[in-house]
Order: sequence, then structure tokens, then C-alpha cells
Amino acid sequence: MSLVFAAFFSALLFGLGLGVAGMTQPAKIIGFLDITGDWDPSLVLVMLGAIAVHSVSYWLITKRESPILTAKFQIPTRRDIDPKLIVGSLLFGAGWGLGGFCPGPAIVASVSGGASVLVFLVSMCAGVYLHQVANKYIFSKGA
Amino acid sequence: MDFDAYILPLFGGVLIGLSASFLLLLKGRIFGVSGILAGVLIPKKSDTSWRVAALGGLVAAGALLLVFRPEALALADHGPAWRYIAAGLLVGFGTQLGSGCTSGHGVCGISRLSPRSIVATLTFIAAGMVTVALLRAGGFPL
Repeated sequence: MSLVFAAFFSALLFGLGLGVAGMTQPAKIIGFLDITGDWDPSLVLVMLGAIAVHSVSYWLITKRESPILTAKFQIPTRRDIDPKLIVGSLLFGAGWGLGGFCPGPAIVASVSGGASVLVFLVSMCAGVYLHQVANKYIFSKGA
Repeated sequence: MDFDAYILPLFGGVLIGLSASFLLLLKGRIFGVSGILAGVLIPKKSDTSWRVAALGGLVAAGALLLVFRPEALALADHGPAWRYIAAGLLVGFGTQLGSGCTSGHGVCGISRLSPRSIVATLTFIAAGMVTVALLRAGGFPL
């Protein structure tokens, strides 16, 4: 139960951070990506703020033997740069620029009930399932 | 200092960094929204409840914003539905193929100096910039 509460509380704070930072407004995202137009650099500050805090806390927290509520840390260990990473990030970036949403802000902003964000959210879930199907029948063959 | 232009983005970023730290300290997991979402859409074993709670927390944050700071949820409903359908499909598929999004790669991964996350973040930002430049060049509304 406390694990569920920890996840809920972390995500609540995360979502509020996204909202305060302006990440839930597609116009701000597209403004940040619009380097050939009227560039809005404020999202650089969001990244800097988040990374400044998390890089220090990550270093401190992972000095512990284990997290407080579970037996061990589950942190990705891969370091290889493979084609899936690059192609996936290219596709994600294209979608980010096209709609102005990444996954977290889209979920937060869906509460507004706006047509664009709801269409985006449903399509994003469909994209996750499409990958699941592709992974099962295409990518896994011979790889 | 322009409060809205500088202080709020920085403060929002600090909140994001803190919340990812809470999840790491308590649960030992990376705060990656695309991974959490996929774990709910395609449930595995008994590892689903905390992910559902995390999605619930994001929705609750949206509700609080809607009440106390509705301008944070201002949408730009421009362009036809195909644009948001294509965007959603690309983001859903791409984040799964690339193992992460802005939170997992951009914040958590860069914070621990993961080479994969640094490359992924530079790649998706560059792809986003090219996409917006193409939309602008093609005369689409931004």
C-alpha cells in the first residue's frame, strides 16, 4: 500500500512540476523546438532544474544499499547505442514536434478534456500496442 | 527577472527532479512515464499497481492544475485530427522502440550520465526541431 502511495505522490508532484514548468502547453514545447522561428528557450531551464536536482539526489540515493520500501534498485544498466534507440528517438521526436506533447504532459493535460490531447492520448496508447505487435512478429525475428 | 519566463520553468524543473528522486528513494525505480504507461497497457506479473497509482498521480496533478492554474492546461487546438493521431502514434511507438521519453531519458538518464539516454535525448530534441522547422517551412500552423 505504501508503495502505491509513494508512486501516486511522486507522480502528483511530477505532474505539478510539468504544469508549473509549462511542459503541459503544446505551444511552449513547439516554441522550444522552433529554432528557425521565435525560439522559446525556457524548457532548457526546466531540464537544467530537473537534472541539477536529480543528478545530486541520484548520487546520494544510490549510495544506499536499497530503496526504503523495496529490496533493490532497478536501474537500467545497458550502455550500448543500438539502432532501435536511435530510430525510436527519431520517431518520438517527430511526434513530439508534430503534436507538442510527450507522454507525461499528455496524461496530465488530458484532464482538460480538450479534443487534441484526447486524440493524442488514445493514439499514443495505440502506438504502444503497435510496438508490442511489431516487437513480437517483426523485430524479434533473427535479432 | 521575468518570473514566468525564467523562475517558473526552473522551479517546475526542480519539482520534476525532486519527484523522480522520491520514486527512486522509496521504490528504487526510474521515473519514466512511457515505461510506466506501457507497464499498465501491457501488464506484467504483479508489477502493475504502482504504475496505475503513478498514472493516477499524473491525472490528479492535472485536476489540481485545472482548478488552481488552468492556464497551464491551455491547449493549442490547431490543425486537423490527423496531426494529433500521427503525433500520438509516433510518440507511443517511438518511446517504446527507443526505451524512453523526456522523463526517463531526458531527466533520469542524463542525471546518471547514461550514454544511451544522452544520445536518445539529443536525437529526439533534434528530430523535434527538424519536424517543427518542416511544419514552418510547409506553412502549417504552429
